[in-house]
Order: sequence, then structure tokens, then C-alpha cells
Amino acid sequence: MNKIWLIIQREYTTRVKNKRFLILTFLMPLLVVGLIAASIALSMSGTEQRKVAVVDPNGFFKTALKNTSQISFSFPNNVDTNNYTKQGFTDILILPNFEADQKKDYILRSKKSMGLMLQESISNRINKAIEDRMLQKAGIQQNVLDSIHTAAQFADLKAYEDKGNSSKESSAGLAMGIGYASGLLIYITMFIYGAMVMRGVMEEKTNRIAEVIISSVKPFELMMGKIIGIGAVGLTQFIMWIVLVLGLLAVATGFIPSDVQQQVTALQQSNGQMGGQLAQASESAARIYQIQQTIQTANWPLIIFCFIFYFLGGYLFYSALFAAVGSVVNEDPQDAQSLMFPITMPLIFSYIITNMVTQNPNTPIAFWASMIPFSSPMVMMARIAYGVPGTVAYWELALSMGILIGGFLFTTWLSGKIYRTGILLYGKKITWKEMIKWAFKKA
Amino acid sequence: MEPLLSLKHLKKYYATQKAVDDISFDIQKGSIFGLLGPNGAGKTTLLRMITGIFYPDAGEIVLDGKSFSPSEDIQKIGYMPEERGLYKKMKIGEQAIYLAQVKGLSKKEATEKIKYWFQKFEMESWWNKKVEDLSKGMSQKLQFVITVLHEPKLIILDEPFSGLDPLNANLIKDEIHALAKRGSTIIFSTHRMEQVEEICDHIVLVNLGKKILDGTVSDIKQQYKENIFTIQTEQGVLLRDNATFSVIKMQGGKTLVKINDGYSSNDVLTYLINEKVTIMGYNELLPSLNEIFIKLVEDTHANARAFQNI
Repeated sequence: MNKIWLIIQREYTTRVKNKRFLILTFLMPLLVVGLIAASIALSMSGTEQRKVAVVDPNGFFKTALKNTSQISFSFPNNVDTNNYTKQGFTDILILPNFEADQKKDYILRSKKSMGLMLQESISNRINKAIEDRMLQKAGIQQNVLDSIHTAAQFADLKAYEDKGNSSKESSAGLAMGIGYASGLLIYITMFIYGAMVMRGVMEEKTNRIAEVIISSVKPFELMMGKIIGIGAVGLTQFIMWIVLVLGLLAVATGFIPSDVQQQVTALQQSNGQMGGQLAQASESAARIYQIQQTIQTANWPLIIFCFIFYFLGGYLFYSALFAAVGSVVNEDPQDAQSLMFPITMPLIFSYIITNMVTQNPNTPIAFWASMIPFSSPMVMMARIAYGVPGTVAYWELALSMGILIGGFLFTTWLSGKIYRTGILLYGKKITWKEMIKWAFKKA
Repeated sequence: MEPLLSLKHLKKYYATQKAVDDISFDIQKGSIFGLLGPNGAGKTTLLRMITGIFYPDAGEIVLDGKSFSPSEDIQKIGYMPEERGLYKKMKIGEQAIYLAQVKGLSKKEATEKIKYWFQKFEMESWWNKKVEDLSKGMSQKLQFVITVLHEPKLIILDEPFSGLDPLNANLIKDEIHALAKRGSTIIFSTHRMEQVEEICDHIVLVNLGKKILDGTVSDIKQQYKENIFTIQTEQGVLLRDNATFSVIKMQGGKTLVKINDGYSSNDVLTYLINEKVTIMGYNELLPSLNEIFIKLVEDTHANARAFQNI
């Protein structure tokens, strides 16, 4: 036991002291934030300007087609499909000679094809204009229509989730976000730290230090020491990331003007119920308040606990397999590639399932994938975000956790046996068949 | 005297071959013991069983009067494997402390002992360097220090001189003798026979997983002598085959002869004196271990050891 502790210490300190660890720890959150900011900035500014000539014989759509930052609409008289480019337009939109209760298509011609988002926004506006037109024909006044539109914009779908006799507001968007983010994070870390374990084992084997150490400690102790040590490095990194993100958030809230902050606290005190308060508050305060309310719908302590559990469980499950692969590889990294394949396949597959589960947490596939230890760390996290015990019953969670614990005990036992033989074997290329034979051979 | 280590009918079979097939021998306390054998003879497997890395399929290992148990006796053994290994990226001082701690020393003890040895071998300046900065010979020295650091009763050295220049080889050689004098027992595995003759008291030769030779160096040489003598005479004297001996080779004033069966070395002298040959030197030529080794191993065609199903 004492010796395992020594090995854990070495694995941990040599990695944490390494410059690469510090760089990754501090750069990763900045990189993520930077990437998000950059992609927002790109989507805001990077798109081209479209100048659309509209052929609108009845003049019904002039009010519906308003200029935006990306599209400007003009209604010239003498333009057609042959000369619109010469007149400096990028697209021409030909609207039909519109009659009520008749379905007619409208045509967009472009020199360069228009993006899907822009096309959709144009067709939304036109359809709305057609709808308005029909309503007007049915006898509704323009001013009535306008007031309906403005009122409708404020309404939101509020989904609630029934829990016994109390109901709680739920947010599918948030659940999806949490599920996706935690699934992705576990997926990435499984690869990073699994590969780290594998490389560590390979290093010991190719350096031939394994033989020196194995004459002092049991092979299983050496393997477990490495797995636990590197797992502790991963946990340290997560904790530092969480602290860093909370720090960045604190800094970010510092930039919110104080009057907005006061309004937010006022909203919090009034519980957002009084319409007057909400109306009085500025738009940004209302938005901040809403974000806060949404974030509070998630059961954070449970999610964080489950995240750490599934990260550790999944890590132990997979890293033991990675260690077994590392122990049979010789100098040739190509061998490692082909031997890793059976491990990386279920990882990638689980990630794909996770993507589906974030949208449909209750399908049979979601259920089974959250039980099987190959995929449960990722898939169960995606389901837990939708609520326990609402979407995931307590027994499901307990069963999944139990299976995962059993799973990693099994993989470490199995890998221990492969490792013991593999780490001292040089020169020979090992196949999975041989590894399985070693695993089930008696001591 | 009771032996420090005795192996009793050790066996270890792999899927395709009998790596160690019923080997027994004793090693006396304080002796320098040579374990010899061609490549693939089963030496490494044997050593791995002695160090507790492998469990024997059958047989018993007795260390210091008790049945060997890897978990308890590990500290009594220092093992330097043939394929040497150290963490390349770890600082040398830290690494030595870590490896000593794994052997069971406390951090304080380990630091003191490492300082002592580093001073002795003039390695103090290495403390904060990394192993990747060392030459092969330097890392060899470091590995030796790490092996003997915890003062094991049994030190196992697999090819300890490979890669060392003569100066450093002598340094290690002297240290091996000093350790033996202080009561450590040393197992020395090599195929360099001249080193064995120089250092070892007792040797065992294994081949094809079996022990084929066991004894002290001088006994073995006596056992395998072929009654070959060198006779030194004045220049120009020509010796001929006769009843007592046959000439093998002549060079300058030296003649190499083999005494014929049924005659003793004194018969040769009597013959030479009768022939009025002036004898300036008369020596028995014992075979070198190298010759014995080659003779014994060649007969078994060990080089062509084939995989077999058992």
C-alpha cells in the first residue's frame, strides 16, 4: 500500500510540475472562451452583403421586407432575371401576382447561392406577409394585427416538470447544453488521460525501467499507481478549470453597470412575479435575470457530483484498457494505433449516442447506453441533465453507477493480468487474441 | 556453511518452450557467483524468478534459510537487469530517491546513502541533471549505484560492464569485490568469459533450460583439462611425436603438446631429459572458460534452439 502511494506521488508530481500541464490548465479555458467569442464575432461580421432586387407587382411585401445588416431590399421597376447583376444586385426575388387563398411559389435567383439561414429568414418574412394579407382580407384591421404581433413576441413557452405534488420549471435548452457539454468533456478527457496512461506505460516498458520497478513492487501496484496518479492529475485540472471559470464569471459580472445590477437584485427580490418590476427593468437586466433563473432550474450539486463520479468511473474503466494496450506495445507506435482501435471505437460510438440522447433522453437506446459501462459515463450525464428523478429514475442512476463500478473493477483485473505479462515481453508483436489468452490464464 | 540462496528443482515452462527445466544449485554467502549461458538459455527467466518477478511453475527458492517470499524479501535483493532502464525525463537525484523508496528505504535514509555513493563515484554534479543528458556509461554507473544503494544481501547484476570504459569497469569491479568482502552475495550473469574468470568464485552454466556445469572456476578447469602442456626450449630444438606425447603446435621456442593417454607429465619430462633437451619452461595449459563454454554449448546446437510444443 505504501509503495502504491509512492508511485501515485511520482506520477502526480512529475506531471503537475511539468510546464505543459500548467499551460494546458490555463490556456484551455481561455481557448474555449476565445473560440466562442471568435465564432460569434465571425458570424456577426464575416458574412457578405446581399443586395436583393424584389419584383413585387402588387406591392404587398414592401413593408414586410425590411433591410437587415446582411440584406438590403430594393424595389426597382425595370429589373428582370437577365439584367439584375448588371444593375448591381446580387439576387433577384420574384414574387407572384398574389391573390388570396391561392398557393404560388416565389423565386429567388442568385449569382452566388444564398446561405440556408438567409433563405429561411426571407421566406419567413414573406410567409408572414402572406398570412397578414390573408388575415386582412378576412377583415382584421392593420392596427389590430400590429398589436397582436407585439403581444405575441413577449410570450414564452414555460415548460414545467411535475414532481409529486410540486412542479418545477424545467429548461430543455439548458438540459441539452449541460448534457452535451459534460458528455463532450468526459469524452475528451477519456482520450487525453487514457492516452496519457498508455504513453506512460509504454515509456516504462521501452525504457526498460519496468523491470527494475517490478523487482520491487507488484506489476498490479505499478499499473494502479499510474492510473490513480494520472486520474488525480485530471481531477486537479478539472478543479482548476472550475475555479478559473468561476473567476472569469466574477470578473465578467464586474463589468455589468451598477444600475443594471440593482435592477437584477430587485427582480430577484420580487421573484420576477410582479409585471411592473419586469416592465420597468431594462432589457439587459431582464435578460440577466432570466439567465439566472434558467441556470437555477438545474440541480447543480447532483450534476457536479455525478460528473465527478462518471468522470472517475469512466476514466478508471477506460484507462485500465489503455494501460493493457500500452503494456503490449513495443517501440512501434503503429502497433499502438491498431491495438487502440477496439478501445477508441466504443468511445467514439458513445459520443455519437450522447449527441442523440441530448435531444431524446428517454429512448430505449438512451436507457441501455446509460447502463453499459462503455458508454454510460457520457450518455448518463446527458440524461441526468434532464432531471433526476424526472427523466432518470433513482434506481436507474444507482444501477448505472453500480454497473460502472463493477465494470472498472473488471477491466482493471483483466488489464492487470495482461499488463503483468506484456510489460516484460519484448520484441514480439502481440495480438488481441493473445492478450485475451493471457487475461484468462490462471496465475 | 549454509548457503545464502539455494534453488531446488526450479521449473518454468512457457507456451512454446521449457525456459527453465529443473535447475538446482546453491550460492554461498559472500561469494561472487557467475551464471553463464548462451542467449536464450533461460538465464533471464531464472533471474526473474529469483527476484520475484516470475513465480516458478515448480520447485522452491530458499533465501537466507527461509522459503523465498517476494513481498518480504524484495528488500534483500538488488537487481540490475540486462536491459537497463531509468526515467529519461526525471531528475537524477529525485529518481534515485524514488527508486530507493520503492525498495523500502525512508526518504531520509535514501538521501543520505545516495549522497554517499554519488560522492564516492564523483557523481554529485549530476543531481539536478536528467538521465537523457547522461552518456551510456554514465547511466550504467547510476544504475549500479541504484542497485546496491539499499545494501541488499543478494545483488544480481546482469551484464554489468557492457558499455563501460576500462576505467569505469575497474571502478565497478573493485566495488563488486568490496561488496562481497562486506558480506553481500553477488550473482553475476554474463557471456563475457574473461570477466568471469577474473571475478567469479563459482559458476553455473545453463543451456536449453538445464544446468550443464556447476563448480568453482579452478575445479571446472581441472575437470575439462585435456592434458595439454607448453614446453619451452632453446631456439631451434625440434620436438617430435613419441610415445608420451604428440605435438600440436610449435612456435619459436614454445611447443604445445598433448600427453598421450596412459602417461603422466613426469613421463614427458623423463623423455625430454633422456633426449637431452634443455627445458626452460614447462607448464600445464588449462582450457579457458571460453573454450569450455563453446565446447559444451556447441555440442547441443543451442544456437538453433527451435520452438517446440510441450
